[in-house]
Amino acid sequence: MRRAARAVGRNVLRKEGADKVTGRARYIDDLTFPGLLHARTIRSTIPAGEIAGVRCNFGTAGFTIVDARDIAGRNIVALIDDDQPCLAERAVRHVAEPILLLAHADRERLLSADVQIEYRPTTPNFDPQVSSTSFKIVRIDKGDLDAGFAAADLVVDGEYRVGHQEQLYIEPNGVIAVPEQGRGRGITVYGSMQCPYYVHRALMVLLDLPADKVRVIQTETGGGFGGKEEYPSMIAGHAALLARKAGRPVKLVYDRVEDMLATTKRHPAIIRHRTGVMRDGTLTAMEIDALFDGGAYATLSAVVLSRGMIHASGPYRCDHVCIRGNAVMTNTPPNGAFRGFGAPQTQFAVEVHMDRIAERLGMDPVRIREINALRPGDTTATGQRLGKDCSAIAVLRAAVARTDFNRRRRAVVRTASRQQPALRGIGLSLFFHGSGFTGSGEVKLASKASLALTERGARILVASTEIGQGTRTMHAQIVADTLGWPYERIEVNAADTGEVPDSGPTVASRTCMVVGRILQRCAEDMRARLGGLSPRQYLRKHGPLVITKQYEQPSDITWDDDRYRGDAYGSYGWACAVVEVEVDRDTWQASPVAFATVHDIGRVIHPILAQGQIEGGSAQGLGYALLEHVVMRDGAMANSQLTNYLIPTTRDTPAMDVVMLENPYAHGPFGAKGVGEMPIDGPAPAVINALRHAGFDLREIPATPEKIMKAQISSLKSSVTLET
Amino acid sequence: MYFTLNGKRTRIDAHPMKRLLDVLREECGLTGTKEGCGEGECGACTVLVNGLPVNACLIPLAHAARTRVTTIEGLGGRHPLQRAFVELGGAQCGICTPGMILAAVALGPRPSLDRMRTGLAGNLCRCTGYSAIYKSIRKASGSKAMRKA
Repeated sequence: MRRAARAVGRNVLRKEGADKVTGRARYIDDLTFPGLLHARTIRSTIPAGEIAGVRCNFGTAGFTIVDARDIAGRNIVALIDDDQPCLAERAVRHVAEPILLLAHADRERLLSADVQIEYRPTTPNFDPQVSSTSFKIVRIDKGDLDAGFAAADLVVDGEYRVGHQEQLYIEPNGVIAVPEQGRGRGITVYGSMQCPYYVHRALMVLLDLPADKVRVIQTETGGGFGGKEEYPSMIAGHAALLARKAGRPVKLVYDRVEDMLATTKRHPAIIRHRTGVMRDGTLTAMEIDALFDGGAYATLSAVVLSRGMIHASGPYRCDHVCIRGNAVMTNTPPNGAFRGFGAPQTQFAVEVHMDRIAERLGMDPVRIREINALRPGDTTATGQRLGKDCSAIAVLRAAVARTDFNRRRRAVVRTASRQQPALRGIGLSLFFHGSGFTGSGEVKLASKASLALTERGARILVASTEIGQGTRTMHAQIVADTLGWPYERIEVNAADTGEVPDSGPTVASRTCMVVGRILQRCAEDMRARLGGLSPRQYLRKHGPLVITKQYEQPSDITWDDDRYRGDAYGSYGWACAVVEVEVDRDTWQASPVAFATVHDIGRVIHPILAQGQIEGGSAQGLGYALLEHVVMRDGAMANSQLTNYLIPTTRDTPAMDVVMLENPYAHGPFGAKGVGEMPIDGPAPAVINALRHAGFDLREIPATPEKIMKAQISSLKSSVTLET
Repeated sequence: MYFTLNGKRTRIDAHPMKRLLDVLREECGLTGTKEGCGEGECGACTVLVNGLPVNACLIPLAHAARTRVTTIEGLGGRHPLQRAFVELGGAQCGICTPGMILAAVALGPRPSLDRMRTGLAGNLCRCTGYSAIYKSIRKASGSKAMRKA
């Protein structure tokens, strides 16, 4: 076969691009099946209590009705802890908990069906600070905290708070379940999802079916951002229960309000820092306490907390560290996976705290970070010794130079003091993000990937999903270059559990670095087996060839799950973000007017796709900082619609200057690290630091106009030096 | 009721208050028009009615009677914007893309950055941060086919 121009590092055309721009791409709501029923979920309207009675006030002819008694297997959404029922039986722990399922061929009839549920309410708890139920406690110890504080010239305390955030993929959650007729009684579920094998396992447990009777097929997915990591297991369960009872295909697609009201969000958190520092800026002790609000069920709280805690001390070296994290239960809908997975919360806190430490020392924010940033050879809070792929200083210096940060910081202040009060500010944040599952997670996952020889080239078989980030394209590039074949000759199979092996979930910035590396090993093996033969020659001579490989942990990684010591991640990405904000003096609305970021993500496989991850993640981070306010009232989201939950529009998103550094990771495919999540870790603290520079002392996001105005009032009260 | 759909005169027998979005998707089988919010905030259902961008979730069929309606299917697949959105990363997950491209068509030739930001403010994209969308539109504007149009 003709040797191809290299694909890696080039902007090859996205595999499914043409389908997406023509309307041919089929999303779940675009599909239909003969005899299809529509479905509806009846949910709790109270945050805590017991179900006393369920009354269906409608003619039930033609309806399929399912409650917990229809569950053949275990009534749980199988994930980590088995605490969350698929349908509430008696106890209700949050508003919008699913209780009853209805299906009917006619949507109007379905929507008009009146179901009354009577409850015996109990007292709910919405405050994580008084919760008595913990889902997970994490403690990381390094060195001797007392010795660290004894060596300090100054101790700086701070408390930081972050709110919920809604993933807000533009395509809501949805599935279609198609029952198999006859004795086999298997089920096929199509849906919008990130992790087909999570859904597969949850359905086996719920329906008490063997693996080969459950088939899960991802349809084109209109965004995920973590919001389609665990929730599809719930909605797939609901549709499957109805479909099996009705003996007909059932479509369950949420509208926006239901999606926002009922599905998972980013964990709100309260994070306290107490930091010892010497006059020269050296950190001597970091004591960090974090409280994450898990909502009513455990979902992924344990692992969100874990990642959050490992990133809690930021990209800084410090010999004496104690990090304590607790994820607790409240009577609110469960929180779960969202891009960044705990790290945006904790790095918000540490990065705002660093600016406050610098301020106390009379030092600039760049200098304090230069002094303390992790360098190759330094150890993280878990004792991981960093290699050459550590780029904290490189990204910091590149971002500072590119934005002329120090000069602009002085210039902005001068401009501001001539007018009054200061309405512009510029701030930065330095951050990092571990690629792949935490600690021993990848070993436990033991992901597999396959590569099949085709007449034209090769076909990739992985459960990794394309959800916008470019999975199919990026994997095909890696395989094409490893085989030395043209990119166009590499096809990608649908993420269909009936056809592909379990490559693990599409999460944790692992799809390129971890799954991509397994595919690269498949391709290396295929190339060796072919010798010099073309695919067609090989197939004629030897018959079909499918190569499957499993994840192999690099030999230099060690991790102790019990003590939280060792190599938390194979590699980290490193980044610095710089934001300039302007505050409107009439409305107190802060707007980002300039944004720049430098990201080291190792080898860049596809520059446009990678930049798209950075720009999109940064925009979500700016939304997290300024706009995205989940208002919880009596345990339910009061603004569960796009009219009043605001995400960045074109007018809210500044031009972005993105620079990608390529400091390769030895065990990543072609040197790649993860990229998907890191961009969302940095914008929020950079925004708050810019607001601090503008004179607003904020410790909480989202920094809505109300909070900015309050910060201004309290600074007016406490300050007599402000010119008016 | 009649309207001109992607250049073809089309007769629809549906309730006049049925949302244009549902008419397109269910009666006409054109599923390229997407529903993101159902309340006119996200723009995923943007179609052109007499050349102007409209949220198809907000208008009933009756309002579309005797108009020219263009959906993503009506662009055929060879429109310079479609090509540019693939090449420059204007499309990621793709769910906002049909509506975004139609809103971009309505911007007219060679839109300024400010015109793009204003004209697309009703089309939410959660993936891109919009920069790649502006680049795609700029590239398409410079293409010969677009200049002719």
